[in-house]
Amino acid sequence: MDLPVIDSSPTASGGCAAGSCGAKSGQMDGLTDAIRARVADHPCYSEDAHHYFARMHVAVAPACNIQCHYCNRKYDCANESRPGVVSELLSPDQAVRKTLAVAAAIPQMSVLGIAGPGDPLANPERTFETFRQLALKAPDIKLCLSTNGLMLPAHIDELAKHNIDHVTITINCVDADVGAQIYPWIFWQNKRIHGREAAAILIWQQQKGLEMLVARGILVKVNSVLIPGVNDRHLREVSKTVKAKGAFLHNVMPLIAEPGHGTFYGVMGQRSPTPAELKALQDDCAGDMNMMRHCRQCRADAVGLLGEDRGAEFSLDKIEAMEIDYEAAMAVRAELRAQVSADLAAKRAKEEAQRAAVVPQLIEFQPRAEKPAGRPVLMAVAAKGGVVASHFGHSREFLVYEASSTGARLVGHRKADAYCSGEENCIDGDSLLGRTIKALEDCEVVLCARIGIEPWGRLAAAGIQPNGEHAMEPIEEAAMAVWHEMLAAGKLAPEKTEAKRA
Amino acid sequence: MALEIIESCVNCWACLPLCPNQAIIQAEPHFLIDAGKCTECIGEFRDAQCVSICPIEGAILDELGEALNPPGSLTGIPPGRWAAVRAEIAAR
Repeated sequence: MDLPVIDSSPTASGGCAAGSCGAKSGQMDGLTDAIRARVADHPCYSEDAHHYFARMHVAVAPACNIQCHYCNRKYDCANESRPGVVSELLSPDQAVRKTLAVAAAIPQMSVLGIAGPGDPLANPERTFETFRQLALKAPDIKLCLSTNGLMLPAHIDELAKHNIDHVTITINCVDADVGAQIYPWIFWQNKRIHGREAAAILIWQQQKGLEMLVARGILVKVNSVLIPGVNDRHLREVSKTVKAKGAFLHNVMPLIAEPGHGTFYGVMGQRSPTPAELKALQDDCAGDMNMMRHCRQCRADAVGLLGEDRGAEFSLDKIEAMEIDYEAAMAVRAELRAQVSADLAAKRAKEEAQRAAVVPQLIEFQPRAEKPAGRPVLMAVAAKGGVVASHFGHSREFLVYEASSTGARLVGHRKADAYCSGEENCIDGDSLLGRTIKALEDCEVVLCARIGIEPWGRLAAAGIQPNGEHAMEPIEEAAMAVWHEMLAAGKLAPEKTEAKRA
Repeated sequence: MALEIIESCVNCWACLPLCPNQAIIQAEPHFLIDAGKCTECIGEFRDAQCVSICPIEGAILDELGEALNPPGSLTGIPPGRWAAVRAEIAAR
Protein backbone atom coordinates (compact mmCIF):
# COMPACT_ATOMS: atom_id res chain seq x y z
CA MET A 1 0.00 0.00 0.00
CA ASP A 2 1.03 3.60 -0.29
CA LEU A 3 1.30 5.22 3.07
CA PRO A 4 0.91 8.97 2.94
CA VAL A 5 4.39 10.36 2.79
CA ILE A 6 5.62 11.89 5.99
CA ASP A 7 8.16 14.53 5.22
CA SER A 8 11.38 13.77 7.04
CA SER A 9 13.13 16.97 6.08
CA PRO A 10 14.79 18.65 9.01
CA THR A 11 12.39 20.57 11.22
CA ALA A 12 13.08 22.54 14.31
CA SER A 13 14.29 19.54 16.22
CA GLY A 14 14.65 15.82 16.06
CA GLY A 15 12.10 15.17 18.74
CA CYS A 16 11.24 11.85 20.22
CA ALA A 17 8.89 9.91 22.38
CA ALA A 18 9.11 8.63 25.86
CA GLY A 19 8.38 5.11 24.79
CA SER A 20 9.98 1.94 23.70
CA CYS A 21 9.47 -1.01 21.59
CA GLY A 22 10.99 -4.15 20.23
CA ALA A 23 8.07 -6.16 19.00
CA LYS A 24 10.22 -8.90 17.57
CA SER A 25 13.07 -11.04 18.79
CA GLY A 26 13.86 -9.17 21.98
CA GLN A 27 11.38 -6.80 23.50
CA MET A 28 8.05 -8.52 23.34
CA ASP A 29 8.92 -12.16 23.79
CA GLY A 30 7.48 -12.21 27.27
CA LEU A 31 4.18 -10.61 26.34
CA THR A 32 0.82 -12.25 26.07
CA ASP A 33 -1.11 -11.98 22.82
CA ALA A 34 -3.64 -9.81 24.61
CA ILE A 35 -0.99 -7.22 25.49
CA ARG A 36 0.52 -7.37 22.01
CA ALA A 37 -2.88 -6.57 20.56
CA ARG A 38 -3.30 -3.61 22.92
CA VAL A 39 0.03 -2.05 21.95
CA ALA A 40 -0.05 -2.95 18.24
CA ASP A 41 -0.65 0.64 17.12
CA HIS A 42 1.18 2.44 19.92
CA PRO A 43 4.51 3.75 18.62
CA CYS A 44 5.95 4.15 22.12
CA TYR A 45 5.06 0.67 23.27
CA SER A 46 5.62 -1.43 20.15
CA GLU A 47 8.79 -1.40 18.11
CA ASP A 48 6.94 -2.55 15.01
CA ALA A 49 4.31 0.14 15.45
CA HIS A 50 6.85 2.94 15.69
CA HIS A 51 7.74 2.57 12.03
CA TYR A 52 4.12 3.18 11.00
CA PHE A 53 2.24 5.05 13.68
CA ALA A 54 2.63 8.56 15.01
CA ARG A 55 1.94 10.11 18.38
CA MET A 56 1.63 13.55 19.79
CA HIS A 57 1.98 15.14 23.18
CA VAL A 58 -0.09 18.14 24.18
CA ALA A 59 1.56 20.53 26.61
CA VAL A 60 -1.36 21.18 28.95
CA ALA A 61 0.43 20.34 32.21
CA PRO A 62 2.89 23.07 33.18
CA ALA A 63 3.02 22.57 36.95
CA CYS A 64 5.32 20.08 38.59
CA ASN A 65 5.41 18.73 42.12
CA ILE A 66 8.98 17.49 42.27
CA GLN A 67 12.42 18.65 41.16
CA CYS A 68 14.72 16.29 39.27
CA HIS A 69 18.42 17.07 38.91
CA TYR A 70 18.21 16.57 35.13
CA CYS A 71 15.44 19.15 34.65
CA ASN A 72 15.44 22.94 34.54
CA ARG A 73 11.99 24.51 34.56
CA LYS A 74 13.26 27.78 33.10
CA TYR A 75 14.39 26.31 29.84
CA ASP A 76 12.42 26.62 26.61
CA CYS A 77 14.13 26.42 23.25
CA ALA A 78 12.59 25.22 20.00
CA ASN A 79 15.90 23.69 18.94
CA GLU A 80 16.28 21.70 22.08
CA SER A 81 14.81 18.24 22.09
CA ARG A 82 14.38 17.09 25.65
CA PRO A 83 11.48 15.92 27.75
CA GLY A 84 10.24 18.80 29.86
CA VAL A 85 10.81 21.37 27.14
CA VAL A 86 7.93 22.97 25.21
CA SER A 87 7.38 26.11 23.19
CA GLU A 88 3.70 26.79 23.72
CA LEU A 89 1.47 25.96 26.66
CA LEU A 90 -2.07 24.91 25.71
CA SER A 91 -5.40 25.12 27.48
CA PRO A 92 -7.45 21.90 27.36
CA ASP A 93 -9.68 23.38 24.61
CA GLN A 94 -6.65 24.36 22.53
CA ALA A 95 -5.10 20.94 23.09
CA VAL A 96 -8.23 19.20 21.86
CA ARG A 97 -8.36 21.37 18.75
CA LYS A 98 -4.68 20.73 18.06
CA THR A 99 -5.08 16.97 18.50
CA LEU A 100 -7.99 16.85 16.06
CA ALA A 101 -6.06 18.96 13.54
CA VAL A 102 -2.99 16.76 13.74
CA ALA A 103 -5.03 13.57 13.55
CA ALA A 104 -6.67 14.89 10.38
CA ALA A 105 -3.37 15.91 8.76
CA ILE A 106 -1.40 12.83 9.87
CA PRO A 107 -3.65 9.77 9.65
CA GLN A 108 -0.93 7.63 11.27
CA MET A 109 -1.74 9.48 14.51
CA SER A 110 -2.87 6.76 16.92
CA VAL A 111 -1.89 8.05 20.35
CA LEU A 112 -2.35 11.24 22.34
CA GLY A 113 -0.16 11.56 25.38
CA ILE A 114 0.16 14.12 28.14
CA ALA A 115 3.67 14.28 29.44
CA GLY A 116 4.17 17.75 30.79
CA PRO A 117 6.10 19.98 30.52
CA GLY A 118 5.52 19.51 34.26
CA ASP A 119 3.69 16.47 35.59
CA PRO A 120 0.20 15.63 34.26
CA LEU A 121 -1.04 14.64 37.71
CA ALA A 122 0.18 17.89 39.25
CA ASN A 123 -2.35 19.49 36.84
CA PRO A 124 -5.27 17.09 37.24
CA GLU A 125 -8.06 19.44 36.11
CA ARG A 126 -6.29 20.42 32.87
CA THR A 127 -5.15 16.87 32.15
CA PHE A 128 -8.49 15.14 32.76
CA GLU A 129 -10.51 17.83 30.96
CA THR A 130 -8.35 17.22 27.87
CA PHE A 131 -8.86 13.46 28.11
CA ARG A 132 -12.60 13.83 28.70
CA GLN A 133 -13.13 15.89 25.56
CA LEU A 134 -10.92 13.73 23.37
CA ALA A 135 -12.60 10.50 24.43
CA LEU A 136 -15.81 12.02 23.06
CA LYS A 137 -14.47 13.68 19.91
CA ALA A 138 -11.82 11.21 18.74
CA PRO A 139 -12.69 7.85 20.31
CA ASP A 140 -10.23 6.04 18.03
CA ILE A 141 -7.22 7.84 19.50
CA LYS A 142 -5.57 6.05 22.41
CA LEU A 143 -4.96 8.18 25.49
CA CYS A 144 -1.92 7.83 27.67
CA LEU A 145 0.10 9.79 30.15
CA SER A 146 3.56 9.90 31.58
CA THR A 147 4.06 10.79 35.24
CA ASN A 148 6.62 10.94 38.00
CA GLY A 149 4.15 8.88 40.04
CA LEU A 150 3.90 11.08 43.12
CA MET A 151 0.15 11.66 42.72
CA LEU A 152 -0.72 8.37 41.00
CA PRO A 153 -2.47 6.68 43.94
CA ALA A 154 -4.59 9.78 44.54
CA HIS A 155 -5.82 9.90 40.91
CA ILE A 156 -6.06 6.23 40.08
CA ASP A 157 -9.86 6.09 39.89
CA GLU A 158 -10.03 9.17 37.67
CA LEU A 159 -7.45 7.59 35.34
CA ALA A 160 -9.41 4.38 35.06
CA LYS A 161 -12.62 6.35 34.47
CA HIS A 162 -11.18 8.13 31.43
CA ASN A 163 -10.31 4.85 29.80
CA ILE A 164 -6.61 5.51 29.83
CA ASP A 165 -5.01 2.35 28.62
CA HIS A 166 -1.32 3.07 29.01
CA VAL A 167 0.63 4.87 31.72
CA THR A 168 4.35 5.51 31.87
CA ILE A 169 5.97 6.08 35.27
CA THR A 170 9.48 7.46 35.49
CA ILE A 171 11.19 5.38 38.17
CA ASN A 172 14.89 6.09 38.53
CA CYS A 173 15.42 4.21 41.79
CA VAL A 174 13.82 2.02 44.44
CA ASP A 175 16.33 3.05 47.13
CA ALA A 176 15.92 6.40 48.90
CA ASP A 177 19.69 6.84 49.26
CA VAL A 178 20.01 6.71 45.48
CA GLY A 179 16.91 8.89 45.14
CA ALA A 180 18.39 11.60 47.36
CA GLN A 181 21.07 12.09 44.69
CA ILE A 182 18.42 12.53 41.96
CA TYR A 183 15.56 14.45 43.59
CA PRO A 184 16.38 17.51 45.71
CA TRP A 185 12.76 18.04 46.79
CA ILE A 186 9.12 17.15 46.38
CA PHE A 187 5.90 19.01 47.24
CA TRP A 188 3.86 16.70 49.43
CA GLN A 189 0.86 17.36 51.65
CA ASN A 190 1.26 21.14 51.55
CA LYS A 191 4.96 21.10 52.36
CA ARG A 192 8.22 21.14 50.44
CA ILE A 193 10.21 18.12 51.59
CA HIS A 194 13.92 17.73 50.87
CA GLY A 195 16.51 15.00 50.64
CA ARG A 196 16.18 11.35 51.56
CA GLU A 197 12.72 11.79 53.10
CA ALA A 198 11.46 13.26 49.82
CA ALA A 199 12.92 10.39 47.80
CA ALA A 200 11.41 7.81 50.17
CA ILE A 201 7.91 9.29 49.80
CA LEU A 202 8.24 9.51 46.01
CA ILE A 203 9.45 5.91 45.70
CA TRP A 204 6.63 4.69 47.94
CA GLN A 205 3.98 6.49 45.88
CA GLN A 206 5.47 5.28 42.59
CA GLN A 207 5.48 1.64 43.67
CA LYS A 208 1.98 1.90 45.12
CA GLY A 209 0.76 3.60 41.95
CA LEU A 210 2.33 0.89 39.79
CA GLU A 211 0.57 -1.82 41.77
CA MET A 212 -2.78 -0.01 41.60
CA LEU A 213 -2.53 0.49 37.82
CA VAL A 214 -1.68 -3.16 37.24
CA ALA A 215 -4.57 -4.21 39.49
CA ARG A 216 -6.90 -2.21 37.23
CA GLY A 217 -5.54 -3.76 34.06
CA ILE A 218 -3.85 -0.58 32.83
CA LEU A 219 -0.60 -1.25 30.96
CA VAL A 220 2.43 0.27 32.66
CA LYS A 221 5.74 1.12 31.09
CA VAL A 222 8.56 2.26 33.35
CA ASN A 223 11.06 4.87 32.19
CA SER A 224 14.42 5.16 33.92
CA VAL A 225 17.12 7.72 33.30
CA LEU A 226 20.58 6.15 33.32
CA ILE A 227 22.85 8.43 35.37
CA PRO A 228 26.45 7.15 35.45
CA GLY A 229 27.78 6.86 38.98
CA VAL A 230 24.35 7.55 40.51
CA ASN A 231 21.94 4.78 39.52
CA ASP A 232 23.77 2.79 36.84
CA ARG A 233 24.46 -0.15 39.13
CA HIS A 234 21.01 0.14 40.69
CA LEU A 235 18.82 -0.03 37.58
CA ARG A 236 19.00 -3.81 37.30
CA GLU A 237 17.24 -3.94 40.67
CA VAL A 238 14.70 -1.36 39.47
CA SER A 239 14.03 -3.51 36.41
CA LYS A 240 13.46 -6.65 38.50
CA THR A 241 11.28 -4.83 41.01
CA VAL A 242 8.94 -3.22 38.47
CA LYS A 243 8.66 -6.43 36.50
CA ALA A 244 7.68 -8.32 39.64
CA LYS A 245 4.94 -5.74 40.23
CA GLY A 246 3.57 -6.12 36.72
CA ALA A 247 5.10 -3.41 34.52
CA PHE A 248 5.25 -4.81 30.99
CA LEU A 249 8.07 -2.77 29.50
CA HIS A 250 11.18 -1.03 30.81
CA ASN A 251 12.72 1.89 28.96
CA VAL A 252 16.19 2.86 30.14
CA MET A 253 17.13 6.22 28.63
CA PRO A 254 20.45 8.06 28.70
CA LEU A 255 20.81 11.15 30.88
CA ILE A 256 20.89 14.33 28.80
CA ALA A 257 23.14 16.83 30.60
CA GLU A 258 24.87 19.85 29.07
CA PRO A 259 26.24 22.80 31.04
CA GLY A 260 24.13 25.20 28.97
CA HIS A 261 20.88 23.52 30.00
CA GLY A 262 21.27 24.93 33.50
CA THR A 263 20.26 21.69 35.17
CA PHE A 264 21.99 20.53 38.35
CA TYR A 265 23.66 17.65 36.54
CA GLY A 266 24.62 19.83 33.56
CA VAL A 267 26.12 22.61 35.65
CA MET A 268 27.86 20.27 38.08
CA GLY A 269 29.55 18.33 35.29
CA GLN A 270 27.68 15.03 35.66
CA ARG A 271 28.42 13.13 32.46
CA SER A 272 25.90 11.33 30.23
CA PRO A 273 26.37 7.63 29.50
CA THR A 274 27.98 6.50 26.24
CA PRO A 275 25.84 4.55 23.73
CA ALA A 276 27.85 1.45 24.60
CA GLU A 277 27.15 1.88 28.34
CA LEU A 278 23.44 2.30 27.64
CA LYS A 279 23.30 -0.78 25.45
CA ALA A 280 25.25 -2.83 28.00
CA LEU A 281 22.79 -1.92 30.74
CA GLN A 282 19.77 -2.58 28.52
CA ASP A 283 21.23 -5.96 27.56
CA ASP A 284 21.90 -6.69 31.23
CA CYS A 285 18.27 -5.96 32.18
CA ALA A 286 16.89 -7.77 29.12
CA GLY A 287 17.28 -11.18 30.74
CA ASP A 288 14.57 -10.30 33.22
CA MET A 289 12.41 -7.74 31.47
CA ASN A 290 11.06 -6.61 28.11
CA MET A 291 13.26 -3.66 27.23
CA MET A 292 12.36 -0.75 25.00
CA ARG A 293 15.06 0.25 22.55
CA HIS A 294 13.41 2.74 20.25
CA CYS A 295 12.72 5.64 22.62
CA ARG A 296 13.66 9.07 21.27
CA GLN A 297 13.22 11.02 24.52
CA CYS A 298 10.82 13.44 22.91
CA ARG A 299 9.60 16.82 24.01
CA ALA A 300 6.34 17.28 25.88
CA ASP A 301 4.91 18.87 22.71
CA ALA A 302 6.29 16.44 20.12
CA VAL A 303 4.17 15.67 17.04
CA GLY A 304 4.62 12.95 14.44
CA LEU A 305 6.47 9.68 14.04
CA LEU A 306 9.11 8.96 16.67
CA GLY A 307 12.35 10.56 15.56
CA GLU A 308 10.72 13.45 13.77
CA ASP A 309 9.00 16.47 15.21
CA ARG A 310 6.37 18.27 13.17
CA GLY A 311 5.21 20.45 16.04
CA ALA A 312 6.10 23.63 14.16
CA GLU A 313 3.42 22.84 11.54
CA PHE A 314 0.71 22.88 14.18
CA SER A 315 1.20 26.04 16.17
CA LEU A 316 -1.96 27.63 17.56
CA ASP A 317 -2.25 30.25 14.82
CA LYS A 318 -1.80 27.61 12.11
CA ILE A 319 -4.43 25.21 13.46
CA GLU A 320 -6.81 28.11 13.89
CA ALA A 321 -6.77 28.55 10.12
CA MET A 322 -7.29 24.87 9.29
CA GLU A 323 -10.61 23.52 8.03
CA ILE A 324 -11.14 20.02 9.36
CA ASP A 325 -13.71 17.36 8.54
CA TYR A 326 -13.47 15.25 11.70
CA GLU A 327 -15.64 12.37 10.50
CA ALA A 328 -13.74 11.99 7.24
CA ALA A 329 -10.43 12.15 9.07
CA MET A 330 -11.49 9.36 11.40
CA ALA A 331 -12.50 7.19 8.46
CA VAL A 332 -9.11 7.74 6.80
CA ARG A 333 -7.37 6.74 10.02
CA ALA A 334 -9.45 3.57 10.31
CA GLU A 335 -8.59 2.58 6.75
CA LEU A 336 -4.90 3.22 7.26
CA ARG A 337 -4.81 1.25 10.51
CA ALA A 338 -6.49 -1.73 8.89
CA GLN A 339 -3.96 -1.65 6.07
CA VAL A 340 -0.92 -1.35 8.36
CA SER A 341 -2.28 -4.08 10.56
CA ALA A 342 -2.68 -6.37 7.54
CA ASP A 343 0.84 -5.51 6.34
CA LEU A 344 2.31 -6.25 9.76
CA ALA A 345 0.42 -9.53 10.03
CA ALA A 346 1.77 -10.57 6.61
CA LYS A 347 5.28 -9.56 7.67
CA ARG A 348 5.06 -11.61 10.86
CA ALA A 349 3.70 -14.62 9.00
CA LYS A 350 6.63 -14.40 6.59
CA GLU A 351 9.10 -14.20 9.48
CA GLU A 352 7.47 -17.18 11.18
CA ALA A 353 7.67 -19.19 7.99
CA GLN A 354 11.34 -18.33 7.57
CA ARG A 355 12.10 -19.25 11.14
CA ALA A 356 10.27 -22.54 10.81
CA ALA A 357 12.22 -23.33 7.64
CA VAL A 358 15.67 -22.27 8.83
CA VAL A 359 15.98 -23.01 12.51
CA PRO A 360 15.49 -26.80 12.54
CA GLN A 361 18.06 -27.07 9.79
CA LEU A 362 20.66 -25.32 11.91
CA ILE A 363 19.95 -27.54 14.88
CA GLU A 364 20.13 -30.63 12.75
CA PHE A 365 23.38 -29.90 10.99
CA GLN A 366 25.27 -28.01 13.66
CA PRO A 367 24.32 -29.74 16.89
CA ARG A 368 27.40 -28.63 18.83
CA ALA A 369 28.37 -25.69 16.68
CA GLU A 370 32.01 -26.72 16.35
CA LYS A 371 32.53 -23.79 14.03
CA PRO A 372 31.15 -20.61 15.59
CA ALA A 373 28.12 -19.40 13.69
CA GLY A 374 29.60 -15.92 13.37
CA ARG A 375 29.74 -13.15 15.93
CA PRO A 376 27.03 -10.49 16.25
CA VAL A 377 27.54 -7.24 14.31
CA LEU A 378 26.08 -3.81 15.11
CA MET A 379 24.71 -2.00 12.07
CA ALA A 380 23.43 1.57 11.92
CA VAL A 381 20.44 2.00 9.61
CA ALA A 382 19.18 5.19 7.97
CA ALA A 383 15.58 4.03 8.15
CA LYS A 384 12.09 5.23 7.44
CA GLY A 385 8.89 3.22 7.68
CA GLY A 386 10.75 0.01 8.50
CA VAL A 387 12.93 0.05 5.37
CA VAL A 388 16.45 1.25 4.51
CA ALA A 389 15.33 4.55 3.10
CA SER A 390 17.41 7.63 3.80
CA HIS A 391 20.43 9.38 2.37
CA PHE A 392 23.25 9.13 4.91
CA GLY A 393 23.82 12.87 4.97
CA HIS A 394 20.15 13.70 5.45
CA SER A 395 19.59 11.33 8.33
CA ARG A 396 18.86 12.91 11.68
CA GLU A 397 18.97 9.57 13.39
CA PHE A 398 20.06 5.99 12.88
CA LEU A 399 18.46 2.84 14.21
CA VAL A 400 21.05 0.39 15.52
CA TYR A 401 20.43 -3.29 14.83
CA GLU A 402 22.40 -6.24 16.10
CA ALA A 403 22.64 -8.90 13.38
CA SER A 404 23.63 -12.42 14.41
CA SER A 405 22.94 -16.03 13.52
CA THR A 406 19.59 -15.72 15.29
CA GLY A 407 18.41 -12.73 13.24
CA ALA A 408 18.48 -8.93 13.38
CA ARG A 409 17.03 -7.04 16.33
CA LEU A 410 16.76 -3.38 17.19
CA VAL A 411 19.06 -2.51 20.08
CA GLY A 412 19.00 1.27 20.06
CA HIS A 413 19.08 4.49 18.10
CA ARG A 414 21.53 7.32 17.72
CA LYS A 415 20.79 10.93 16.99
CA ALA A 416 22.75 12.73 14.32
CA ASP A 417 22.56 16.27 13.06
CA ALA A 418 21.81 16.11 9.35
CA TYR A 419 25.03 17.72 8.20
CA CYS A 420 23.97 18.00 4.58
CA SER A 421 21.09 20.40 5.06
CA GLY A 422 22.07 23.21 2.74
CA GLU A 423 24.98 25.31 1.70
CA GLU A 424 24.90 27.65 4.65
CA ASN A 425 25.71 24.73 6.91
CA CYS A 426 28.55 23.37 4.84
CA ILE A 427 31.26 25.03 6.87
CA ASP A 428 30.14 22.99 9.82
CA GLY A 429 29.77 19.84 7.77
CA ASP A 430 33.14 18.48 8.72
CA SER A 431 32.64 18.57 12.46
CA LEU A 432 29.02 17.37 12.20
CA LEU A 433 30.14 14.37 10.18
CA GLY A 434 32.80 13.75 12.80
CA ARG A 435 30.13 13.80 15.51
CA THR A 436 27.93 11.38 13.56
CA ILE A 437 30.86 9.00 13.10
CA LYS A 438 31.60 9.26 16.81
CA ALA A 439 27.97 8.42 17.64
CA LEU A 440 28.20 5.33 15.43
CA GLU A 441 31.66 4.22 16.53
CA ASP A 442 30.58 0.87 17.92
CA CYS A 443 28.86 -0.06 14.63
CA GLU A 444 30.64 -1.90 11.83
CA VAL A 445 28.21 -1.19 9.01
CA VAL A 446 25.99 1.72 7.98
CA LEU A 447 22.98 0.81 5.83
CA CYS A 448 21.57 3.75 3.88
CA ALA A 449 19.84 4.43 0.60
CA ARG A 450 22.63 6.66 -0.70
CA ILE A 451 25.84 8.20 0.56
CA GLY A 452 28.35 10.74 -0.74
CA ILE A 453 31.96 9.92 -1.56
CA GLU A 454 33.47 11.97 1.24
CA PRO A 455 31.45 10.51 4.11
CA TRP A 456 31.98 7.08 2.56
CA GLY A 457 35.73 7.52 2.88
CA ARG A 458 35.57 8.96 6.39
CA LEU A 459 33.30 6.16 7.63
CA ALA A 460 35.46 3.47 6.05
CA ALA A 461 38.54 5.04 7.64
CA ALA A 462 36.79 4.84 11.02
CA GLY A 463 36.16 1.13 10.53
CA ILE A 464 32.48 1.53 9.64
CA GLN A 465 31.57 0.06 6.25
CA PRO A 466 28.91 2.06 4.38
CA ASN A 467 26.47 0.01 2.35
CA GLY A 468 23.98 1.53 -0.09
CA GLU A 469 22.97 -1.67 -1.85
CA HIS A 470 19.80 -2.40 0.07
CA ALA A 471 17.75 0.72 -0.50
CA MET A 472 14.03 0.28 0.20
CA GLU A 473 14.48 -3.24 1.56
CA PRO A 474 13.01 -4.13 4.95
CA ILE A 475 15.62 -3.41 7.62
CA GLU A 476 15.91 -6.92 9.03
CA GLU A 477 16.28 -8.51 5.59
CA ALA A 478 18.93 -5.99 4.55
CA ALA A 479 20.87 -6.39 7.80
CA MET A 480 20.82 -10.19 7.56
CA ALA A 481 21.89 -10.12 3.90
CA VAL A 482 24.91 -8.02 4.84
CA TRP A 483 25.65 -10.20 7.85
CA HIS A 484 25.64 -13.33 5.69
CA GLU A 485 27.96 -11.62 3.17
CA MET A 486 30.35 -10.79 6.00
CA LEU A 487 30.13 -14.37 7.28
CA ALA A 488 30.84 -15.80 3.84
CA ALA A 489 33.79 -13.43 3.46
CA GLY A 490 35.27 -14.76 6.71
CA LYS A 491 34.88 -11.43 8.53
CA LEU A 492 32.96 -12.76 11.51
CA ALA A 493 35.51 -14.79 13.42
CA PRO A 494 34.64 -14.51 17.11
CA GLU A 495 37.88 -12.93 18.34
CA LYS A 496 37.20 -9.70 16.45
CA THR A 497 34.29 -8.98 18.74
CA GLU A 498 36.52 -7.89 21.57
CA ALA A 499 38.67 -5.73 19.34
CA LYS A 500 35.71 -3.75 17.96
CA ARG A 501 33.82 -3.51 21.22
CA ALA A 502 36.79 -2.60 23.37
CA MET B 1 1.46 41.60 54.82
CA ALA B 2 1.73 39.97 51.42
CA LEU B 3 4.12 38.07 49.21
CA GLU B 4 5.15 39.18 45.74
CA ILE B 5 5.90 37.29 42.51
CA ILE B 6 8.56 38.92 40.33
CA GLU B 7 9.70 38.67 36.72
CA SER B 8 11.73 35.46 37.07
CA CYS B 9 8.42 33.57 37.39
CA VAL B 10 8.03 31.10 34.49
CA ASN B 11 4.21 30.99 34.56
CA CYS B 12 4.11 27.28 35.44
CA TRP B 13 0.75 27.50 37.25
CA ALA B 14 1.93 25.34 40.16
CA CYS B 15 1.10 27.94 42.80
CA LEU B 16 -2.26 29.10 41.51
CA PRO B 17 -4.54 26.23 42.59
CA LEU B 18 -2.80 25.92 45.97
CA CYS B 19 -3.51 29.43 47.26
CA PRO B 20 -6.10 29.22 50.05
CA ASN B 21 -7.12 32.84 49.38
CA GLN B 22 -7.27 32.80 45.56
CA ALA B 23 -4.73 35.62 45.70
CA ILE B 24 -2.69 34.46 42.72
CA ILE B 25 -3.56 36.03 39.40
CA GLN B 26 -2.71 34.58 36.03
CA ALA B 27 -1.08 37.44 34.15
CA GLU B 28 1.49 38.24 31.46
CA PRO B 29 4.43 38.42 31.40
CA HIS B 30 4.27 36.66 34.77
CA PHE B 31 1.81 35.68 37.48
CA LEU B 32 1.00 38.15 40.24
CA ILE B 33 -0.18 38.10 43.85
CA ASP B 34 -3.12 40.24 44.92
CA ALA B 35 -1.65 41.94 47.99
CA GLY B 36 -5.14 42.58 49.31
CA LYS B 37 -5.95 38.88 49.47
CA CYS B 38 -2.58 37.33 50.40
CA THR B 39 -2.26 36.27 54.06
CA GLU B 40 1.11 34.52 53.58
CA CYS B 41 -0.94 31.46 54.58
CA ILE B 42 -0.62 32.38 58.25
CA GLY B 43 -3.18 30.44 60.24
CA GLU B 44 -3.80 28.11 57.34
CA PHE B 45 -0.55 26.31 56.58
CA ARG B 46 2.82 25.99 58.24
CA ASP B 47 4.51 27.31 55.07
CA ALA B 48 3.22 29.67 52.40
CA GLN B 49 1.88 27.37 49.70
CA CYS B 50 3.14 29.27 46.66
CA VAL B 51 6.61 29.45 48.17
CA SER B 52 6.55 25.72 48.94
CA ILE B 53 5.94 24.56 45.38
CA CYS B 54 7.59 27.32 43.31
CA PRO B 55 10.47 25.76 41.32
CA ILE B 56 12.27 29.03 40.61
CA GLU B 57 14.73 30.46 43.10
CA GLY B 58 14.12 34.12 43.83
CA ALA B 59 10.74 34.35 42.08
CA ILE B 60 8.74 35.02 45.27
CA LEU B 61 9.68 37.76 47.74
CA ASP B 62 8.48 38.48 51.24
CA GLU B 63 7.21 41.92 52.30
CA LEU B 64 10.78 43.06 52.91
CA GLY B 65 11.77 42.14 49.38
CA GLU B 66 13.82 39.12 50.46
CA ALA B 67 13.82 36.00 48.24
CA LEU B 68 11.98 33.22 50.04
CA ASN B 69 13.73 30.54 47.99
CA PRO B 70 17.25 31.98 47.82
CA PRO B 71 19.85 30.96 45.20
CA GLY B 72 20.93 27.33 45.54
CA SER B 73 18.08 26.40 47.88
CA LEU B 74 16.00 24.52 45.28
CA THR B 75 18.43 23.31 42.64
CA GLY B 76 21.32 22.49 44.95
CA ILE B 77 23.62 24.33 42.53
CA PRO B 78 26.07 26.42 44.60
CA PRO B 79 25.50 30.15 43.97
CA GLY B 80 28.21 31.39 41.64
CA ARG B 81 28.71 28.05 39.94
CA TRP B 82 25.95 28.65 37.39
CA ALA B 83 27.26 32.16 36.73
CA ALA B 84 30.75 30.75 36.19
CA VAL B 85 29.46 28.12 33.78
CA ARG B 86 27.49 30.73 31.84
CA ALA B 87 30.54 32.97 31.61
CA GLU B 88 32.58 30.05 30.34
CA ILE B 89 29.97 29.24 27.67
CA ALA B 90 29.77 32.90 26.60
CA ALA B 91 33.56 33.03 26.21
CA ARG B 92 33.63 30.10 23.74
